[in-house]
Amino acid sequence: MMRGALRYVRRNPSLAVGVALVAALSLFIIIGHLLVDTEDARPLSVPALRPPSWDYPFGTDRQGRDLFAVMVAGTPLTLRIGFIAGFLGVGLGTVLAFTGAYYRGLIDTIIRGIADIGLTVPGLLVLIIIAVSIKGTLTVNQMAIVVASLAWLYPTRTIRAQVLSLRERGYVEVARLSGMSGPGIIFFELMPNLLPYLAATLVGAVSSAILASIGLEVLGLGPIDAPTLGMTLYWVNFNAAMINGWWWWWTAPTVIILMVFLGLFFLTIGLDEIANPRLRRSV
Amino acid sequence: MQAAYIARRFGVFLLIVWLAGTLNFFLPRLSGQDPVRTKLLQQAALGGYVQGGIDEMTREYEQRFGLDKPLWRQYLTYLEDVSQLDFNYSIANYPRTVRELIADALPWTIALLGTTTLLSFGIGTLLGALLAWPRAPRWMGWLMPPLWALHAIPFFLLGLILTYLLAFQVPLLPIFGGYSAGVTPELSWSFAWDVFQHALLPALSIILVATGGWALGMRGMMVTTMGEDYVVFAEAKGLKLPTVFLRYCVRNAILPQVTALALALGQILSGAVLVEVIFGYPGIGTLLYQAIRESDHFVIQGIVFTVIVALGFTTFVLDVVYPWLDPRISYRRL
Repeated sequence: MMRGALRYVRRNPSLAVGVALVAALSLFIIIGHLLVDTEDARPLSVPALRPPSWDYPFGTDRQGRDLFAVMVAGTPLTLRIGFIAGFLGVGLGTVLAFTGAYYRGLIDTIIRGIADIGLTVPGLLVLIIIAVSIKGTLTVNQMAIVVASLAWLYPTRTIRAQVLSLRERGYVEVARLSGMSGPGIIFFELMPNLLPYLAATLVGAVSSAILASIGLEVLGLGPIDAPTLGMTLYWVNFNAAMINGWWWWWTAPTVIILMVFLGLFFLTIGLDEIANPRLRRSV
Repeated sequence: MQAAYIARRFGVFLLIVWLAGTLNFFLPRLSGQDPVRTKLLQQAALGGYVQGGIDEMTREYEQRFGLDKPLWRQYLTYLEDVSQLDFNYSIANYPRTVRELIADALPWTIALLGTTTLLSFGIGTLLGALLAWPRAPRWMGWLMPPLWALHAIPFFLLGLILTYLLAFQVPLLPIFGGYSAGVTPELSWSFAWDVFQHALLPALSIILVATGGWALGMRGMMVTTMGEDYVVFAEAKGLKLPTVFLRYCVRNAILPQVTALALALGQILSGAVLVEVIFGYPGIGTLLYQAIRESDHFVIQGIVFTVIVALGFTTFVLDVVYPWLDPRISYRRL
């Protein structure tokens, strides 16, 4: 079992790197919650602007947040935005893609048209207009829904293309001729065969949702009082921490965001390898 | 046939323009209250040295978009203004119009993003082609993992790291802005040199990230192309390897890259908003950031509309030009 796993890792190192990075992040969050009081992620809880030390391993920021506590409390929040938006996006995308690609006709034309036109519009800007239009500051969950409002476009298009090729296969034809209903074919014949592909799409969608949410937050449109990674970067920029030489302030969020993106990226590549064996080639 | 195709594509472009205007009009009003009016009234109540202007602007806004007018009439007024690229005055920098502000910022963004997009396309495509070529030097294989890793990082994050290394720790390059403080923009070599130095760091952070994407795409296409029969035949015929590489493999593998390049050129206005914010580079991104901080709705709407229309237009041009680039695709099939 162990040997088999190791052999697989050698063939698909991306998956291993991705899993390792995500596992490291989760460990950091879990152990961090045991070591630090996340209440210290609020402003004015600790002395301001201390460089890293034994008491404050990541240092403290200008408003008196313990950056270690901020990272421990904020990383799950950022991941939560990504996961909610990613799941909503891929979920809606899957439903639309399967309905459109299986039944074809007018409904498919409409779905494809909306997705195609929506994809030519720069997402971040539309999200900005949405976020600016909402009164008051956003909560973390509202933030996730704002990001999800565009997160379904890309999955819809790519999944639809996959279903289109799949529905012409022989076994789908057999199921149809033996009197299986449309939803039955979608759920029991098409969906299982696309599961690995859907998983890869989901990880990709989570990653782009996190990127979009961090983008909104750095621009100052995020949940102002939540210590998410993007909001931390917003305060870094707001206080010109770089020019003032407070290097620890931006180092911690940068390293964690790097781990998030690299982890999700390698996971996507690794899952793609499983979903699409044609990618297996040695160079 | 061709005229009908072009007309249809132009229709899609008009549809995008209309959608952008509609989005701008209705989204802020969904909450039941018009945030633009709220902001204007707030600003008018605050007073200040631009008081007279703001009052006048509020009055005019009330007159055109007032609550006494039915919604459809307000909507038509708005669409009419926007179709003439009239986005009203900037609330925060009153006597200046939104159009002026955008016109000032556009050249900066286009210069930075245009150059970096073309450079990363060139470098990345060449790298990708060589990465797939079996006779390329061995050390090139080592470039793959770093390229992949860089590709997964957002531009602005790499920008932060580079700033720290190359502007703060080792003060080689300026840290902030589009040109040195206190220098007046003019057409001279010294000013151009100043601008160039300031653009280097943002450019570098974009190029390092984007090159990986181009290289990955090109490598994938090269691998497929090199398996084609005509490449095997060319080699068997004894053609010189550089000829096989350039005329047989690269020539055919590059087509999807060119499509992607056209799309990327359409994205140049919105592609690096955050990079500009991090570097305080005086382009569209920074303008947008300031507008958000001052809740200057007219500027935000103006930028969003301009960028969407520019992008729609690029897509339109690409659709019309593409069959000519790749004769395998005819107008009929699209």
